[in-house]
Amino acid sequence: MDKLRLRFEKTGKAVYISHLDLMRVVQRVFLRAGVPLRYSEGFNPHALISICLPLPVGTVSLCELMDFRVTEDIDLPSLPERLNAVSPAGVRFLECYEPSRKAAGLKWLEIRGDWEYDGRAASQFSAGVEEFFNRGNIPVTRRTKRGEGEFDLAAHMRGFAVEAAEGETLAVRAFVSAQEPTVKPELLPEALRELAPELAPDFARFTRLETYGADMEIFR
Amino acid sequence: MADTLERILPRVQKPARYVGGEYNEIVKDRAQVKLRMAFCFPDTYEIGMSNMGMQILYGAINAEPDIWCERVFAPWGDMAEEMRRNSLPLYALESGDALDKFDALGFSLGYEMAYCTVLDMLDMAGLPVKSADRPELVPLVFAGGTSCCNPEPMADFFDLMVLGEGEEADIEVLRLFQRARDAGWTKGEFLREAAKIGGVYVPSLYEPVYNPDGTLAELRCLDGAPEVVTKRIVSNLDSAYYPTRPVVPSTEIVHDRVNLELFRGCVRGCRFCQAGYVYRPIRARSAGKIVELGREMLENTGCQEATLLSLSSSDYRQLSQVCDGLLDWCEPRSISLSLPSLRADNFSMELMSRLQKVRRGGLTFAPEAGTQRLRDVINKNVTEPELLNTCRIAFEGGWNGIKLYFMLGLPTETDEDVVGIADLAAKVLHVWRESSPNKQRGVRITVSTSCFVPKPHSPFQWEAQVDMAEYRRRVELLRHSITAKNVTYNWHDADTSFIEAALSRGDRRVGGVIEAAWRRGARLEAWSDYFSFKRWLEAFADCGLDPAFYATRERGEDECLPWSRVNMGVRTSLLLRERHRAYEARLSPDCRAECAGCGAAALLERGVKCDG
Repeated sequence: MDKLRLRFEKTGKAVYISHLDLMRVVQRVFLRAGVPLRYSEGFNPHALISICLPLPVGTVSLCELMDFRVTEDIDLPSLPERLNAVSPAGVRFLECYEPSRKAAGLKWLEIRGDWEYDGRAASQFSAGVEEFFNRGNIPVTRRTKRGEGEFDLAAHMRGFAVEAAEGETLAVRAFVSAQEPTVKPELLPEALRELAPELAPDFARFTRLETYGADMEIFR
Repeated sequence: MADTLERILPRVQKPARYVGGEYNEIVKDRAQVKLRMAFCFPDTYEIGMSNMGMQILYGAINAEPDIWCERVFAPWGDMAEEMRRNSLPLYALESGDALDKFDALGFSLGYEMAYCTVLDMLDMAGLPVKSADRPELVPLVFAGGTSCCNPEPMADFFDLMVLGEGEEADIEVLRLFQRARDAGWTKGEFLREAAKIGGVYVPSLYEPVYNPDGTLAELRCLDGAPEVVTKRIVSNLDSAYYPTRPVVPSTEIVHDRVNLELFRGCVRGCRFCQAGYVYRPIRARSAGKIVELGREMLENTGCQEATLLSLSSSDYRQLSQVCDGLLDWCEPRSISLSLPSLRADNFSMELMSRLQKVRRGGLTFAPEAGTQRLRDVINKNVTEPELLNTCRIAFEGGWNGIKLYFMLGLPTETDEDVVGIADLAAKVLHVWRESSPNKQRGVRITVSTSCFVPKPHSPFQWEAQVDMAEYRRRVELLRHSITAKNVTYNWHDADTSFIEAALSRGDRRVGGVIEAAWRRGARLEAWSDYFSFKRWLEAFADCGLDPAFYATRERGEDECLPWSRVNMGVRTSLLLRERHRAYEARLSPDCRAECAGCGAAALLERGVKCDG
């Protein structure tokens, strides 16, 4: 038993913990739970923990994956409960297992968006929004570490659908590319603001629902 | 979470500091508790969460099952703006409830530059900043902390102030307040009763009367207020409350570690040091207790670092036992143990060698003054040979950075003393050349100076601060005297020290200045991002006051001082004796060599001795 994978949720107050802070938080959870985490060798040993897909601050996730290593055998089924007993609010571990696929095989994320249109009925935007995101070509400006560039959002998302329109909130669902390239869910309302501002919501919150491989099978 | 907050948070820096939910946070049932207190820290989350006093009081108050004490910090500028723009009142982290849901707001007042932030937090809570403008009993707005030892500058804003250590006194105040609230007392009735609790200073019961020259003539006692309010202490640290389950922040703070308090008070009696006098008498926690607390806290937090805190850790009698006990547990778990506030002597270096086996970076010493004469004036019992010898051991042991802290503007300081700082740094560099086993690594010697701020309840409470021009001249003199390129010189700017000096020994009129500065936009003034000297000068002008009157004027020894109704345990006659000895450059022995009979031991419970 060496390389292990944990699946966990990050909800509620925990959604504001940044990726880097979460690494530290998780490390302390392991220490409090007495799990024998493996550390790197060398002058500045660090815990061998890696969170597969960094989660943007403010996004809820029900499907986070984290790889880690331990120095001795541990009981996997009971691990989530051991960790949950000493975790901060909103971080909840779901299952632990020995992974069969590398994290690089994670290709798609299923996301839900709750989009708020202040003082307007969301239903009036359903058709327009759905039509917009099902176009064959959505050329948006995307800022990455390498600078600003044009990016075809349509090529890296699929299955966009409006699920419900209740009051001022539009619930949408889609699959977006998780890595190579990474499509941040926030890019969707940004695309509206850039190309169809009349459809853009006043506020959008997102939830990661599930992870998938390139084959569109659920990724574990 | 409220929709407004949810929309704001993605737009501000480091939102994790505004939501709570950390491990070990204390959440109680609103319906079950009888009293709700907001513990307000007038600085950012990162600073407040690093404060051990806050950790202790948060835990101690919450140890009362029917009181729920929650945390409130000052939002950074971007968040404060967003909150005001969206009419979102200041709220507590645990429940997210706005402060108008609370019975009591208790502020921690640790340093003067936080004063404006108190007003800003009250305003963000929707409360009038002045006590007189809050005629109702609820909410009670009170304060504690070291800065309360001169309660007058903030007197207009608080209903009451608790002097000294709050573990017991705060709860007594809250219980009386609960009775008053339930029985429907008026605010006045409650405050008069509260003034009878030891350590409670009720500003509205003291009326300042001024002389024609602007000095204080008297603080008149009203309505039977006590002539003197004596600070509270906890006599026995082993049985005192200690927070073994501190909140573990989910985001980076300044000092993210387990804090272990060794003892309170200091045996040294450095004459410039307020802490050395106001935290007396000396009370030590036993080594066994500290080791036990340390292990428990490390297990409960998952922290990878523990630190031993006190004013002068070398003076803790069982330091070796504590370090051994903790290292036995920490080393196999790769937990590091740090030990600040050590004296520059051999014993300390042996300890440091044991603690820092791998990473040997920098060591910090505070000789405070550049010549032996001036060190004798301030009663800093460190000699040059001792310091140089310690540096030698450090360099031989592989340390390659030394930071040296000094103050400029100490009483009787001459240019020779200023240049003496440069000479001392040069000698330290020479020692490195002689003793370093690995010169290729180079050496970093850093000299830092700050401008001396005379503080209430210290032997230098009557002294004038040097004016800003003179301080700057001395900085320049020192700057030109430091020639070695391995020696870096950093100096504190004069502006903040001058304002700090004016506030720290201010009278009640300075409260008007604090309010004027706040109305002009001052908050988080300890941050250079926000401090504005010009704004402070304007605020003083608004009130027709001169900051120099408070900062750079020597007080007469018979002058009525704004903190004259406060007894921090040490007799004024002792402070005077120390002041006069300073002028003779005459040392006073430390408390262990010879008890000076300072008076602080009288604060202890019967049967408990001062550990000085």
